[in-house]
Amino acid sequence: MGVDIGLDLRKAVEPDRVHRGVYTDPGIFELEMDRIFNKVWTYVGHESQVKNVGDYWTVQIGRQPMLMVRHSDKSVRVLYNRCPHRGAMLYGDRSGNVGKGIICSYHSWQFDTDGKCKAIPLDKGYAGTRLSIDSPDCSMKSAPRVASYRGFVFASLSAEGPSLLDWLGPAKVAFDDICDRAPEGEVEVVPTCFRVIQNSNWKIFLENQLDALHPSVTHESTGRAAGDIEEQLKKKGGEAPLSYHFLSAFATPITKWDVFQTIGYRHGHCILTGYMGLRPRDPDTLAYEKVMEKAYGKQRMEEIFGVNIHHVLLYPGLSVQSPLQQLRAVRPLAVDKTLTEIWHFRLKGAPEAIYRRALGYYNLVNSPSTMVNADDLWNFWKCHQGLASDGGDWVSFHRNAGQDPEENGVVTSVIGTSEQPMRNQFRAWAEYMGVN
Amino acid sequence: MAKKRKSLAKKSRAVKSKASPRKANGHDLQREVEQFLYRQAECLDGKRWQDFIDLFAADGTYWMPASPEQTTGDGVPSIFWEDRNLMSVRLRRLGHPRAWSQKTAWGTNHVVGNVTIEKESGNAIVARSRFHMMEFRNDSTRHFAGSYIHHLTRTREGLRIKLQRVDMVNAGGPYEYVLQAWV
Ligand code: FES
Ligand SMILES: [Fe+2]
Repeated sequence: MGVDIGLDLRKAVEPDRVHRGVYTDPGIFELEMDRIFNKVWTYVGHESQVKNVGDYWTVQIGRQPMLMVRHSDKSVRVLYNRCPHRGAMLYGDRSGNVGKGIICSYHSWQFDTDGKCKAIPLDKGYAGTRLSIDSPDCSMKSAPRVASYRGFVFASLSAEGPSLLDWLGPAKVAFDDICDRAPEGEVEVVPTCFRVIQNSNWKIFLENQLDALHPSVTHESTGRAAGDIEEQLKKKGGEAPLSYHFLSAFATPITKWDVFQTIGYRHGHCILTGYMGLRPRDPDTLAYEKVMEKAYGKQRMEEIFGVNIHHVLLYPGLSVQSPLQQLRAVRPLAVDKTLTEIWHFRLKGAPEAIYRRALGYYNLVNSPSTMVNADDLWNFWKCHQGLASDGGDWVSFHRNAGQDPEENGVVTSVIGTSEQPMRNQFRAWAEYMGVN
Repeated sequence: MAKKRKSLAKKSRAVKSKASPRKANGHDLQREVEQFLYRQAECLDGKRWQDFIDLFAADGTYWMPASPEQTTGDGVPSIFWEDRNLMSVRLRRLGHPRAWSQKTAWGTNHVVGNVTIEKESGNAIVARSRFHMMEFRNDSTRHFAGSYIHHLTRTREGLRIKLQRVDMVNAGGPYEYVLQAWV
């Protein structure tokens, strides 16, 4: 690597505390790119983003610019977004359709949507050289592994490693929970992607996702503001839309968050339970339940609605909020810069009102005008600043350390605010980094 | 110099009067709308949030689309899609003593221009304009620009906004941090 990380990685992670350098050292960030992001399954996108043959989306995996594209055999391919001739990036925009083929804007080499070179202009020039159009050197390189689960496409830049399903383990419930809530058993992407950049290390965001200790503190202002207006609307005799509840729930007192639970799985994945109260007895929900019962039968429907999930974290790159059909993909850009790509989905076959519920959350919590993440991102930035200081070397994850019961590698928190998810993430981190 | 300015002003009034005929009573709609837009910008830059909200009609909406192709914010993702109730949530949040990200000094400066009256019929007026906004926050600056479309209604209290559409030039781009107040 040639990067002096100035920190002995073996001493950086302890079971209940972590050295601040793992958040701020640019050398460690480079090692993370090599040892974590080049190895794991990374969320690329949803199949419905590339409905038609030739549709593509550009996406970053680790440091690599990649292309998700629908091939003529209908399979979804993930290719390096790079021309094998002189290395030009093939698509500099975000999405589109390749049309007759992938054509490089520099010297017009042409490729099929599986990356295979179709044509090289003036190819006589290559006669007698050691380059032939059939050689793999002339084709776009594919991601070593691509797999999808219920329409959610992942790729890995490593040929070796657990299969997607093995890697997801029980955390695959994130996608089951989203899709099962659709009467047709699948979802469709809403083709708007909000992108928000955090000026902080990627791990700070992941640690926040299942941090039940923070909402009532960080989000008190928004929670209370929404609660006040919610009350006013009720007093006026109306019902406040559910979106007010989404916001006011953030002010739930700190003591109440303990009734939730976090469950830590292998590879750093984790679930926060705590159903978000999405089964009110209003006409919209009742109409939805009718469609669901017709699709699944009463018993199966109850099972589906009984899944008790607030958030699922798929370490190290995806935070899924399955009951509201949205997810945030994490793209680390630098040691102190993290891009989040935020998507939401329609439940196929569900009434429009159910989509609007998710949309309310997407707009209010996940859009660039968010009154919620405004304070999160501010805290993340402050965390990063504090961790870069010499005011102390350790980050504490001692809360309920040693108390969470573990069975077959699955750790269940004793209380919702246990720092179990963070300890679990660093267990995986140390394993990936080869320092456990 | 003074003379030149005067003649320019005359000229521009002449052009304007073609696009939006002055009413018989000498009422200058162009000027009235411009003053209204400037006042709104002053509310934002002066952080007079309640005054800002009060410029909206009771059923008024502030809308910042997620993309320029959108024709309504109803049922589709938007950066902002707020009625007066949601605006009041934002106002309360901004003023809450523990709105943490409000602790850092910040301020904005809006310049609104290129105001054209697109339509006037009865009490309904549609005006298009463009804005530049510089924000100072957390010891650095951000620059935003875009266009406004104001659907206005004339009430006894004066002009009020039925719908304000705010198209950011960078609507589809990544946001460094977020937008805490209306733009
Ligand atoms: S770099 Fe692509 S054709 Fe030359
Ligand atoms: Fe938060």
